Amino acid sequence: MAITHRPEATDLDRTPKSRWRWLFLLPLFVFVGVGGFLAVGLTRDPEKLPSALIDKPVPAFDLPPLAGREDGGLKTADLGHGQVMLVNVFASWCIPCKVEHPMLMRLAKEGIPVVGINYKDKPEDVARFLAEMGSPYQKIGADRDGRAAIDFGVYGVPETFIIGKDGKIAYRLAGAIQERELEENIRPVLKALTR
Amino acid sequence: MIVEIGHYALVLALCFAIVQGTVPFWGAARQDPALMSMAPAAALGQFLFVSMAFLALIYAHVTSDFSVLNVVENSSTMKPLIYKISGVWGNHEGSLVLWVWILCLFGAAVAARGHNLPDSFKARVLAIQGLIGVAFLAFILFTSNPFARLTPAPFEGNGLNPILQDPGLAIHPPMLYLGYVGFSMAYSFAMAALIEGRVDPAWARWLRPWTLAAWTALTLGIALGSWWAYYELGWGGFWFWDPVENASFMPWLAGTALLHSAIVVEKRDALKSWTILLAILTFSLSLLGTFLVRSGVLTSVHAFATDPSRGLFILLILIVAIGGSLALYAWRAPTMEGGGMFAPISRESGLVLNNLLLAAATATVLLGTLYPLILETTTGAKISVGGPYFQATFIPLMVPLIAAVPIGAMLAWKRADLPGVLARLKLAAAASLLVLLGVWAVRDGSSVMGLLGFLMAAWLVLGSLTELGQRIGLGTLPPGRVLGRLRGLPRSAFAMVIAHAGLGVLIAGMTAVSTGQTQRILTMSAGQTVDLAGYQVRFDGVEDVAGANYRAQRGQFTLLSASRVVATINSEKRTYLVERMPTTEAGIRTTLLGDTYLVLGDALSAGRWNVRMYYNPLAVWMWLGAGIMGVGGLVSLSDRRLRVGAPQPAAKPSTAAPARA
Repeated sequence: MAITHRPEATDLDRTPKSRWRWLFLLPLFVFVGVGGFLAVGLTRDPEKLPSALIDKPVPAFDLPPLAGREDGGLKTADLGHGQVMLVNVFASWCIPCKVEHPMLMRLAKEGIPVVGINYKDKPEDVARFLAEMGSPYQKIGADRDGRAAIDFGVYGVPETFIIGKDGKIAYRLAGAIQERELEENIRPVLKALTR
Repeated sequence: MIVEIGHYALVLALCFAIVQGTVPFWGAARQDPALMSMAPAAALGQFLFVSMAFLALIYAHVTSDFSVLNVVENSSTMKPLIYKISGVWGNHEGSLVLWVWILCLFGAAVAARGHNLPDSFKARVLAIQGLIGVAFLAFILFTSNPFARLTPAPFEGNGLNPILQDPGLAIHPPMLYLGYVGFSMAYSFAMAALIEGRVDPAWARWLRPWTLAAWTALTLGIALGSWWAYYELGWGGFWFWDPVENASFMPWLAGTALLHSAIVVEKRDALKSWTILLAILTFSLSLLGTFLVRSGVLTSVHAFATDPSRGLFILLILIVAIGGSLALYAWRAPTMEGGGMFAPISRESGLVLNNLLLAAATATVLLGTLYPLILETTTGAKISVGGPYFQATFIPLMVPLIAAVPIGAMLAWKRADLPGVLARLKLAAAASLLVLLGVWAVRDGSSVMGLLGFLMAAWLVLGSLTELGQRIGLGTLPPGRVLGRLRGLPRSAFAMVIAHAGLGVLIAGMTAVSTGQTQRILTMSAGQTVDLAGYQVRFDGVEDVAGANYRAQRGQFTLLSASRVVATINSEKRTYLVERMPTTEAGIRTTLLGDTYLVLGDALSAGRWNVRMYYNPLAVWMWLGAGIMGVGGLVSLSDRRLRVGAPQPAAKPSTAAPARA
């Protein structure tokens, strides 16, 4: 590569500006930092729960019901009991939740119990969401401050957990359930657990 | 067969890209005209073969060739033709092909039209474009092959998510990509300038049309996406600070800063290294954005790594493209300072302020988007960053920016007279305050945010018009001379006024919808009438209708004003047959004053239905405003100094280089 202006460059090196030369390195350093985070983020396969929670019992939580619903909320003791269940973390303000909603409705219609953790939401917004889209949830716990979601290790909404008959977490999906995840991952896990 | 040809064409395109990304560098270093002339030839060849591949993929989708995995996963025979075509870029693999196709389109445009660029510069620009092409073609071929076959071929495909089967979303990705990828030209120009060690006003003028074209496309692309979210998602909202939206918004903010700082390079030969940095950052943010959203999982950064091999490849591209360019920048940019000096009060300073605020706003959005990832990798804590963060940080940066726009536009280069400018804007300021009082009177008890928004909007529109009026001597010169001056103004002067005023219209719309929305949620039975924001809405009942690939229940409503029928509005609940998914089509009646937005909800017992109603005042102003900004971009693109081509770089930088007639 031709570097045609070399003499000029050395001239400029002697100007007072060269004191500030390190500033030109700043963007690179910032990017190295961001790139580092992206790299670490990449090694943590976020589609799966940290192995610490897989095959472990559901973390202890006890959530009140949504205003106006008589389902008694959702707590640790509601899960397990010889039933395979889907725990879906959702919010009315989350667009991907709206995308995956029909999949949950389909599963619920097929008789698979689905319960919801409603994440950082306003009661009137959830009511509107469920009134329009329909509710696949047998029970919903209102997680106003997001505490239960943190205990579950939730990155963002939506996320879905499959809980086995023994009340242990068998599978986790981060992001919206789409046709492919449903057929390739969720159904096989459900089938294996119900056997 | 055609599918195999498409696959083969992609491989050939990769070969052309490799040639384009290497030989011209060598040629430019040796000043060898024959080697340098390989660059345009390779660029045109790459464009030809990527076009063939793209057409082959479209063909496979249009003919519903279910032996192709990509078609099976994203199409079905029952889809209308337009969605068979738009389905090509409605998935990961196909959208990457579109991405590369647009990249090659820009490369071919430089190859075919860049006659005024010096040979070595043109060769280097095209070589950088070639390297970007190599990265993406390799990414497609090794990790995301759209032409992968499937045996045995099924009889029917899985279809496309119905929420994506929409005319707005059919053209939204191509527009967005034109913007994203268009900024690759700014990147290549910056890299070539760093290699050559020279940035001058001519460089800024070469850069301008590409940046303008990309900016205009991105503006319209973002507006289309927002419009789609508005009418399709059925909440009456228009912007959600979702990571996907942020990903397109960050390059827009940086690109807007770049457009403004490049003017300073062009007119005053100052801010060079900053402009180079912005050009690199704008495309880097486009790359980051493309990848944050790439896999189609829209939630957040975890979309990044849905497939580990893809994620790694992506990261590699990011490291080489962004890290490499920033390293080159750190090495070469310090030699490029100098140029025109300017006083603290001057148009240059105004544009520096613009850049500082826009850069801060970009950083704010970037931090909000990446923060969950950063926190998770450092402390293990898991959080999500929502709208409140962005509103609390972004709006305070925008208010001073917008307040300064009309003032900055009237400042003179080098040294300006601030009190004089403020005096000339007195009328606009007074009129803006009148608008504020008017809004306050009409909307009795409007929020502070609402009033501030309208004040800013009025100030932008009126201040921009004042600038135009001052320039043509309106009110001080006789009408004949005013007309003469109006005719004599360069188109770029009009473009600036149009774009700034468009932003004002956009802000008025956003303010009105976010602070003045009326909503009612209720159960209705046929024949019932309710009030909504001065109108009455009558529910006339529900009928079953059949569409091309869906069945629907259509709720019919009549809008009345003072018992006179104004309009009928239909809202549908659709069930798509192949995908077995329901969607809701809101019924919207748009007027300049506001949208009546009706959504049919679930059926309850005995003919009663859930219904949601909104009245969104001035909603259409948002899309009008964005459209006006886009028109501003196009008008600027048609400016004489860009149309007739930039002159060859002068030996000494001249601020008023004569255009070749």
